[in-house]
Amino acid sequence: MFNMMKYLSTGNEACGEGAVRAGCRFYAGYPITPQNELTAYMSRRMEEEGGTFIQAESELAAVSMVFGASLVGAWAMTSSSSPGISLKQEGISYLVGAELPAVIVNVMRGGPGLGNIAPAQGDYFQSTKGGGHGDYHIIVTAPASVQEMFDFTYDAFCLADKYRVPVMILADGMLGQMMEPLEFDENIKPCPVIPKPWALTGAKGREAQSIKSLLLGTGKTSLEEHNKKLQKKYKEIEDKEVSVEMYKVDDAEKIVVAYGSTSRITRACVERLRKTGEKVGLVRPMALWPFPYKEIRKLAEKGLKFLVVEMSAGQMVEDVRLAVQDDRMVSFYGRMGGGVPTEAAILEKIKEL
Amino acid sequence: MAKTFTKPESMKDVRTHYCPGCGHGIIHRLICEVIDELGVREGTVAVAPVGCAVLAYDYWDFDTAEAAHGRTPAVATGIKRVLPDRLVFTYQGDGDLAAIGTAEIIHTGNRGENISVIFVNNGVYGMTGGQMAPTTLLGQTTATSQFTRRAEKEGYPLKIMEMMAVLPGVVYLERTSVYSPREVFNAKKAIKRSFQLQLERKGFSMVEVISPCPTYWGLTPFKAMKRIEEEVVKEYPLGVIKE
Repeated sequence: MFNMMKYLSTGNEACGEGAVRAGCRFYAGYPITPQNELTAYMSRRMEEEGGTFIQAESELAAVSMVFGASLVGAWAMTSSSSPGISLKQEGISYLVGAELPAVIVNVMRGGPGLGNIAPAQGDYFQSTKGGGHGDYHIIVTAPASVQEMFDFTYDAFCLADKYRVPVMILADGMLGQMMEPLEFDENIKPCPVIPKPWALTGAKGREAQSIKSLLLGTGKTSLEEHNKKLQKKYKEIEDKEVSVEMYKVDDAEKIVVAYGSTSRITRACVERLRKTGEKVGLVRPMALWPFPYKEIRKLAEKGLKFLVVEMSAGQMVEDVRLAVQDDRMVSFYGRMGGGVPTEAAILEKIKEL
Repeated sequence: MAKTFTKPESMKDVRTHYCPGCGHGIIHRLICEVIDELGVREGTVAVAPVGCAVLAYDYWDFDTAEAAHGRTPAVATGIKRVLPDRLVFTYQGDGDLAAIGTAEIIHTGNRGENISVIFVNNGVYGMTGGQMAPTTLLGQTTATSQFTRRAEKEGYPLKIMEMMAVLPGVVYLERTSVYSPREVFNAKKAIKRSFQLQLERKGFSMVEVISPCPTYWGLTPFKAMKRIEEEVVKEYPLGVIKE
C-alpha cells in the first residue's frame, strides 16, 4: 500500500528522515554548521523511535560510538561538515579495517582549516580516495536535491550492510539547508535485514568472537590477505554500484560534468542552451565512488568535449581526465572557498569549449 | 585427588605475549575469574585498548572488540546503548585512558554510562617502548624523559581517578594494585564490585590497577613489585576513592 506524503523539508532533515525510514536507530553527532539541523532532527527522531541519540564530546568520539553500535549489529549513522569529517577519518579507517557498516554524512563547507560555512565541494579527494590512513575506498554518493538527501541516505544503509562498508553521503551547505518538497511513501519498509553472524552480542551458543583491525598474523591471516579481500570487495562495488545520470547526452556535442548542487546550476545551463539549439548534455555522477569512468569514456570515444564544474579548485576533474584519457578534451571551471558558480559564468565556459 | 589449580572458563588456554613480571596477565585472569563467578561469560562484550593489552582478545574467551587509541569508552558506549543487558567493560592502559582518551573517559563517566572501566596504570607506554605517560612519576627516567620527568617541563602525574570523583555520573571508583597477594585479592574484589554495580544498572564505575612494567622500569619483576609498594602508591594511594 502506497501512502505518499509530501513535506516541505530542509535537506538536512530529509537526510535524517531517510535514515530513520531505512531503520537507523543509532545516531551520534557533534555540532557543526551547516549540518546542525540534522543533529537536532535526530535528537528528536531517535527518541521517538526508541533509538539512541548521543551528542558526543567530539567527532572522534561520535564516530567511535557508531563503531561500537555497528559492531553489535545496529544501523548507525553520524554526520558532520568538512572540519569535523577530518576528525572522523580516524574512525572511518577503523570501520573499514573491521569491515563494519555505517553511514557518514558530510555536509561540506569551505576550507581548508576552519574555512567558512558556505557550500563547497573541496572534500571530493578526501571522500573518494580513502580519506583516512590505509588502502581503502568507501562508497560515496552525491545527492543534488532535498528528495535525494532522503533517497540516498535510505539507500546508504542498504549498501553499507550489503558490503559491510561505510557509506558517505557527500552533500554541501546549500543542499543541507535549503527547503524543497520531499515526497515518500509513509509505508516504506526499512532496508532488508541481512543476518550479522559476525556481530558481538555475547558468546551465547557459539565460540567467542572479536572485531578488530590489528592483523599481525602471517599467511592466510596476514594484513596483506585482508587487504586483498577488501580490494576484491571494491572491485565488486565498482562493477555493480556505479550510479550516474546521463541527461541529454545522446546527441550532445559538448558535455558538462557536475555533481551535487553544482549539477543543479549546470542543468539550468544545459536547458537554456538546448532552447537555442545547442547540443549540450549533462553527466551527473550520483555515486562519486565508484566513479562512472566507463560511461564517460564511451562519450569521450565519440570525440566530445567536456567541461567539469565544481565548487573546488578541480578535484573530480582528475577522474574525468582519467576517463577521457585526453587532457585536451577536458576543461574545468570552479569556484573555491564557498563561492558558487553562476549560470552566466558556466554558460560562458561552455561556449568557449 | 582434589584439583588445586584450574584456568577460568573465560580464559583461553594459551601463553600470553606479556613480558616476565608484567601485571596484565594477573589482571586478565582476575577479570575472567569474576566473569565466571558472575556467570556472564556468554553475555559479555569487552573493548580492548591500543597498547600492550591490545591482544587481550587472544586470551579472553568472550566477545571482544578493539577500539582506536583512547576511543575505548566511546566504543563501549555504542555497544552498551544498543545492548543494555550485556556486561560491557573497557580495559585500558594509562596512555590510552589518561592521555589520548582523556576526553572520552571523562565524558563517558559524566554521562553515567552503565559500563565498567578497568584502568591499568603502569606509568609508561609499554607497547611503543617505554615512553613517558601522563601518569609517570616525577624523577622517573623513560625513553622520552631522558633527563627524568620534571614538573616544570613535563607537568605532574595525572590523577584521573581523583578527577573522575567529582562527576555525579560516576558511582564507584577504587584504586588497587597487584604487588602482593593481598592486593591481588583486593583488585579482584573491586573488579567484581564494579561488574556487579553494572549488572544492577547503577551506572559508571572504574577500577584502577597499579601494575608493574619491569621491562621499561628497568627492574627485575620482584623489584618492580617493591617499587609499587614503596614508591608508586605514595603518589597513587590505594583504596576506595568514591562509592
